[in-house]
This record gives sequence, C-alpha cells and structure tokens, in this order.
Amino acid sequence: MAVLTTTKSTSPAPAPPRGRRGRGARRTPPLVLAFVLIPLLAEAVWVFWPALQGFYLALTSWDGVSAPTFVGLDNFREMAGDATFRDATWNTVLWLVLFGGLSAVLGLATALLLQQERRGIGFYRAALFLPVVFSLVATALVWQAIYQPDGVLNQVLESVGLESLRHAWLADRDTALYAVIVPALWRQIGYVMVLYLAGLKGIDPALHEAAKVDGAGPWQRFRHVTLPQLRSVNAVVLSVIVIDSLRSFDVVWSLTRGGPYHSSELLSTYMYSTAFQSLRLGYGSALAVVIFVLAFGVIASYLVRAFREAD
Amino acid sequence: MATVHPPSALRRRRLATAGFHLGAGTLAVLWLLPIALVLVTSVRSFDDIAAHGLGSRPHSFTLGNFAQAWVDGGQQRALINSLLVTVPTVLVTLALAAMAAFALSRYELPFRRSLLLLMLGGNLLPPQILLIPVSKLSELMGVYDTLPALIGVQIGFGVGFYVFVLHGFMRAIPPEIQQAAVVDGAGPWQIFWRIILPLTRPALAALSALSFTWIFNDLLWAITVLRSDTKMPITAALIGLQGQYVSMWNVIAAGSVIAAAPTVAVFLRFQRHFVAGLNLGAVK
Repeated sequence: MAVLTTTKSTSPAPAPPRGRRGRGARRTPPLVLAFVLIPLLAEAVWVFWPALQGFYLALTSWDGVSAPTFVGLDNFREMAGDATFRDATWNTVLWLVLFGGLSAVLGLATALLLQQERRGIGFYRAALFLPVVFSLVATALVWQAIYQPDGVLNQVLESVGLESLRHAWLADRDTALYAVIVPALWRQIGYVMVLYLAGLKGIDPALHEAAKVDGAGPWQRFRHVTLPQLRSVNAVVLSVIVIDSLRSFDVVWSLTRGGPYHSSELLSTYMYSTAFQSLRLGYGSALAVVIFVLAFGVIASYLVRAFREAD
Repeated sequence: MATVHPPSALRRRRLATAGFHLGAGTLAVLWLLPIALVLVTSVRSFDDIAAHGLGSRPHSFTLGNFAQAWVDGGQQRALINSLLVTVPTVLVTLALAAMAAFALSRYELPFRRSLLLLMLGGNLLPPQILLIPVSKLSELMGVYDTLPALIGVQIGFGVGFYVFVLHGFMRAIPPEIQQAAVVDGAGPWQIFWRIILPLTRPALAALSALSFTWIFNDLLWAITVLRSDTKMPITAALIGLQGQYVSMWNVIAAGSVIAAAPTVAVFLRFQRHFVAGLNLGAVK
C-alpha cells in the first residue's frame, strides 16, 4: 500500500505549475501535458478512484441498495471464523504453488527443449503456444468435455483397462481443484515458454563455449551458466505467475463455479460470488483487499525494478 | 578407431535428432489433442456422440452445430458485441498510451518517473479490488449494462501497461532525431505524428495483436458491468451456451470454435508480432 499512496500524492495536480515555473528553457508545451493528463484521467476514473473506494468499502457493510454503513474491521474479524474463506485461501495458496510452480518449471523445460533453431522448431513452438490465444472460457469448455463422466478421459481410462480410475473429475471434492489446474496449465505453459525462449536467446553463446572448454557437463552448464543468466527473466516470470494466479477466475468460474462445496473455491471466485451473488458488497471488498495484500509484495518489487529501469 | 569415428558421430547425431523430434513431436501432439477433439466434436451430430461417446472416431459430419450455436445460441450477436468492444478499445488504448509514452519519454516532465509507475501500478492491481466500485460507478454514470462501460473500464485498466511498454520503446529512439526536427521548427504534434509514431510501429503492431486477444478473451469485466444477455461478449455467451445446451457437446464445441476463431486468426496472421509483444512487456 505504501507505494501506491506515496506515488498517489505526486499525482498530476501540482505538476504543471512547477514545470512552468522551474524550467524556463524547457517549458512543457501544453499539448504534451494533455498527452499525459488525458490517459491519466481515464485511468484515474476507472482504476485509481475505484481502488480507493474499494479499500473504503472493505470497512463497511453494504447490500448495494441502502447506504453503506461503516463497521471498521468487522469484515476482517468475520473472516477469521469463515470456513469458506479458509478453504479459499488454502486453495489459492495451492493454486499459486501448483499452477505457478509447474508453469514456471515446465515453461522453462519446454523452452530448453525448443531453444535451438532447427527444422520443424516453429511448428513445435506454435503448437505449445496456440492455447495461449484461447480464452480461458473456451479452454474450460474444451476440458469439460474431457472430464465429463462419459467424457474422453474416462473413455481412455476404460480402454486401457483402468476402469477403477473412472471418475466424475469435476464433481468430486478431492479432484475438482486439480482438474481445474490442468487446463490452466495447458494454457499458461506456452506463455512462460515464450518468455524463457527470449531469455535463453539473450545468453551469450561464448559463455557456454567457455564452460564447455573448462569441462562442464550439460547439467553444470545449466546450473552455473544458464540459470544465473536467466535471473531477470526469472524475476519477470515470478511476477507474472503470482499476479496471474491471484487473478485466476475465468477457468474456475466456467468449470466449477468454485464447487463442489467450495472445494475448488479461490479467493477470486469467492470474492465474486460474495459480492455479486450474495450481494454482500462490504465483505466482498474485504476479500478483495486480502487478494491485494497477497499480490502487493510482487507488485511492489516489480515496480521497484521498473523504477530502476525507467532511466 | 580414428577411421570409424566420423560415421559413428554422424549416427549419434542422427539418433539425437530423431530423439528430439520424437520428444517434441509427442509433446506437440499432446498439446494439440484437446484442440483436435473440439474440432472433431463440433462437426459430429448429437446422435453420433450419444451413441458412440465423445472419445470415439466420428461417424457423422454436419455443420448444423455451427448454425445452431450461431443463431439459436446467440453467438452471432455475442461475436458482434465482442468486436464492437475489442476494436475501439484496442485503438483508443494504444492511441492514449502512445501519447502518454511520448510525453513521458521525450519531454522533461516533472514527476515523469512517478507518473509512469503510477500508471503501471494501476494495471498491476488485482481487478477484484475494482469490481464492486466499477460496477457501482458505471451505474452512477448511467452506463451500466452498456458496451461503452465495458470499453471505458478496459481502456482505463489497460492503458498503464501499454504506456510502460511504449515508454521503454520510445526512450530508445535517439534524441538527435527529435532535435533535428525541433531545429526545423516542428512542434510536439509533428514530432509525435511524423517522427516518433512511425518509429514505434513495430511495438504498436506487437501490442495490437496482444491486446486484441486479451480484450477479446476477457470475461471478468464483462460480467461485472453488463447484465443483459443481448449485450454480453462471446466469452460470457459461451458460458450461457454451456447452460443452455447442457451435455450437447456438439453445439458447445461449435460455440468454442467460433469463440476462438478470431484470436487464432490474429495469432496465425501476426504470429511474430504476437510473440514479440509478450516479450516487450516482460523482458526489461
């Protein structure tokens, strides 16, 4: 929150006079100011102002019809005893570790496999990347057909003699969350792969040559040359997967709506159903604040890195 | 030994190549299998699927499913809605972002770094914190349940990211080019329109391809500011289709194909831009 509030205080209002007064020679043309202020205004109306309201609403009880009543931290106290909130938080953490971790590891693995330019490589890369352009809703429906009780997965299991594993994958509390993660991974791995492919391309081949001359094996070269060289890509991938994990909504919503019995509930889906189906807008806002707090560390470190980059 | 060496090395390399293609090929097939399944399912008849199951080899061919999803399932209207939202959003967002990035990267504005990061920070926020206020705000502004509300929020939420990316790109343009233009008496508008924007074209192309798919594929903002079925974009309509045609996988598959076709077309047509766009945003 610190970064947001401090940068917020340096927003446009005081900027123009200072510019005009301070730097006579380099006065900012009004058109240039307008170029910044118009987009900033659009973002202020649809993002900054609503975000401030969101934080305030987290401290209220509101049904969306009558005026919100201020209740202090009551919403957060309620969370302590809310079993669904506990489940959703646990699932979100699990999602972060499994979806985030596996997409990073498998994305890197596929990038390593497909890094060398050779015949047919474009096809393989495109195949892995293609799901990235599908909407998560379409992805979800594809996999729903696979997971159905009479769907493809069960038919395949049957045909190879594993009838005992037949399952209502999405309707079973023990498998629903994992069944939802797989399609999300199917779509995310190609994206992470592209990020790593660019990172791998940026590694100076001379480093590998030198390591080879020194007698380093493939694993040693990966461990001591490739990985350290990928540090900045790793940081980006980490930010991407944490932010994406906490935002994950569409795929869960289309496949299970968080069910059965909240077994695949994430904080994002719980927040949505609390706010827009149970119409508990205050409590929903408080849940959104929890999501924000979880994402904050990553957002802040990403911004700090960006700050250093921006000259 | 020395005479045997070259052929065996050659053979080893051939083996490695074959191994690579086997591994990568299996992976690619595995990845494409779900897509193939949907394509096949979308042209099978309901009776065929009911009789033989989803996983069987097709015994029928029909394009009727597409007609059903398109007309009865409301996909035609939904697709039009999606395009009515996506195209203006992409154009306006990129125009605004290019303007802000130009000002922030080419002029000594006060607080330029803070402004840049403020704008980027807004885009990194989890959308959940904005959902309730945005839906109330659009009611207040009288645009709730209209496409302009969706366009507005998509522009506001997206613009910060594109400003950041384009800023990085424009900053790399040498200042001498601009100085020469200033000497020739060019104002900011000419510099922007005649010099900087043409030089930014590769980045703009990459970001257009990328943002088209992002906005087209969005579900969350749509179901936050829209309510009527007739206004919903294709993603939300697809969920509607799922409810309307429970277990009619042929129609649902046809609907999914329709929903995915535009972004796949953009991807195939602008593949290089697309991949470049992802990396523009990331590798900093």
